[in-house]
Amino acid sequence: MTEAIFRDSEADLAFRARRLTGKTVIYVLLIAWAIICLFPIYWTATTSFKIAPNVMQGHLIPWVDYQPAWRGWRSLGLSPDTIGAESTVRAEFMKRFFNSAIAAVASSAIAVVLGSLAAYGLSRFSYKFGFMRNSDISFFFLSQLILPPVVLALPFLVLYKQLALLDTRIGLVLLYTLTVLPIVIWIMRDQFESIPTELEEAALVDGLSIWGAFFSVILPIALPGMMAAFILSLVLTWNEYFFAALLTSTHANTLPVMVASQTGSQGINWWAMAALSFAAILPLVVIGVVLERYLIRGMTAGAVK
Amino acid sequence: MAQGDLLHVVTTDDISERQKLFGRAIVWGSALIVALVAAAQTLQQTGVEDFGFETWRPTLYAYVLWGVCLCWSQVLICGEQGKRTLFVLPAALFVVSLTVFPLLFGLVIAFSDWNLSATEGRQFNGLDNIRQMWRDPFYWNALLNMVWYSLAILVEYAIAFGLALLLNAEIRARKFFRVAFLLPLMLSPVAVSWMIGKSMLEVRFGPIARFARWLGWDSPSFFGSPEIARFTIMLLDAWTFIPFMMIMILAGLQAIPRELTEAARVDGASPWKGFWEITFPLMLPVSITAVLIRIIFKLKLADIVINLTAGGPGGATDTVTSFIFREYRDRSNVGYGTLLAMFYLVIIIIAMTILMKLADRFVRPRT
Repeated sequence: MTEAIFRDSEADLAFRARRLTGKTVIYVLLIAWAIICLFPIYWTATTSFKIAPNVMQGHLIPWVDYQPAWRGWRSLGLSPDTIGAESTVRAEFMKRFFNSAIAAVASSAIAVVLGSLAAYGLSRFSYKFGFMRNSDISFFFLSQLILPPVVLALPFLVLYKQLALLDTRIGLVLLYTLTVLPIVIWIMRDQFESIPTELEEAALVDGLSIWGAFFSVILPIALPGMMAAFILSLVLTWNEYFFAALLTSTHANTLPVMVASQTGSQGINWWAMAALSFAAILPLVVIGVVLERYLIRGMTAGAVK
Repeated sequence: MAQGDLLHVVTTDDISERQKLFGRAIVWGSALIVALVAAAQTLQQTGVEDFGFETWRPTLYAYVLWGVCLCWSQVLICGEQGKRTLFVLPAALFVVSLTVFPLLFGLVIAFSDWNLSATEGRQFNGLDNIRQMWRDPFYWNALLNMVWYSLAILVEYAIAFGLALLLNAEIRARKFFRVAFLLPLMLSPVAVSWMIGKSMLEVRFGPIARFARWLGWDSPSFFGSPEIARFTIMLLDAWTFIPFMMIMILAGLQAIPRELTEAARVDGASPWKGFWEITFPLMLPVSITAVLIRIIFKLKLADIVINLTAGGPGGATDTVTSFIFREYRDRSNVGYGTLLAMFYLVIIIIAMTILMKLADRFVRPRT
């Protein structure tokens, strides 16, 4: 055996070993936390295919521990054998699902439109509404974040009753828009401030009006930011429970309300609840995986200067 | 934020007197319509005359019309300047009408006894609600719980910082881990309270209960004693919201120039020392923003509590929001609930102002 001429000294080898243990610790921690994050979702997904004995015996892995059955999805009318047939449960579920979808999408869209306009105005022009100047107006918008929903809930309940907006989707959309508007303004103000004003100046010199410049020059650049604000609003409004539970009863109630009401009445109907919960979280899980980039962009806006 | 126009008006507007007059006319005209409709409805409400209104909707429509006219008139009267006002005005009108009016209305409700299911309607009862609140041990208990819940944020922050450091290290499959870590934030708290709280923590065959038994806890019960129940709620809430802080801190970490940490290492700082003397101080502003936003979100905590424990056992897990929610659900008394909420709002505003001032002083470099 010839001895290698170029070799690492003892000290370097020790360093490599330390680096290896460091790496291992990092990966172990990462994987452990990933399991903590993903296991509940996995558990819900698999439980929706279980039947009673599987639940009792704590089976975990489909096809190895137990044979998956369509029990949970059948109770929602969404299994392969019931999907074609008429099903009142499915109709109910779809109604709630669309209520949620309409409320979330509509309110996020309105909030992004109103919020972007306001944020653009605040980042470009100086206003004077009475005693309020730009910084006061910004503060007024952002201070809405602190307002806890309870404070508005009961007055709104009474007002909506008078206005016949109780248990309507419009009523929910208005409130949801209000709750996400400060977040949208926060994100969009950050976006617009990062766009140089020379762009509009050029557009204005070329003869566009201020709104023309906004729509044809600034809007396309700010679109990713608006997307981020939209996705973040979507997450918050889709998951909203408190207002929906207070202000809706039969016509307009959303998916979270449906999930919450089932827990009480059905006791331990595990597979059905698992299927329902999974159906309720699935849209956002998909959005989270596909559009993660935008979400992160939205959450970090304004945080790092 | 910079004051002063970044984009100047260069053209002078040519606005005729008639146009200005028309602009004023539509604002005051529509305002008059609002006043008339509202007056008619008030008259009907008090029983003087019957105009055949069923709800207050007409007043609402008149108000919306007034809002549109106000925006339009800005352009008519002020020309170019008005077009600029039009950017902010719709959002401002929207927020003002949806918060200021309900808040003022809430102030009226807060000092009255109003049972929505009873027929007699609203009764002004002066300071009775305040006296009742003063003697309500459950409300003070809920406020105290909010302090405990808010303190839990410090632990959440430490975990979030650790995770952000892990994600910022040189690792493979960073995108996978980032998505996986982010997912809890996407889930609806109601679904989470079923998925984890009711099913995985189920005492007999929930996987976590099994795991606890395997670890040697003979009779795991996660909602039995007050302390454990509160701790479980904290854990669930932390599980959903840690990703939020983690992402903000990660963004902050990625914004730190590499040269700084490298220079520290070259100068012989151990990783531990490098972290405390370079990374952590640089991360202070981001950390404080993250914690403050998290506190704001925490103060709204309700859905998990409402669905899992309904405040029990003995009010140990109650948050202010869930307490008021039950107060309304059980007695449908709007007046008392509103007063509690208003009081909560006052406390929050005071506490947040103090916190923000402290944070400001803490972050600003000493001169």
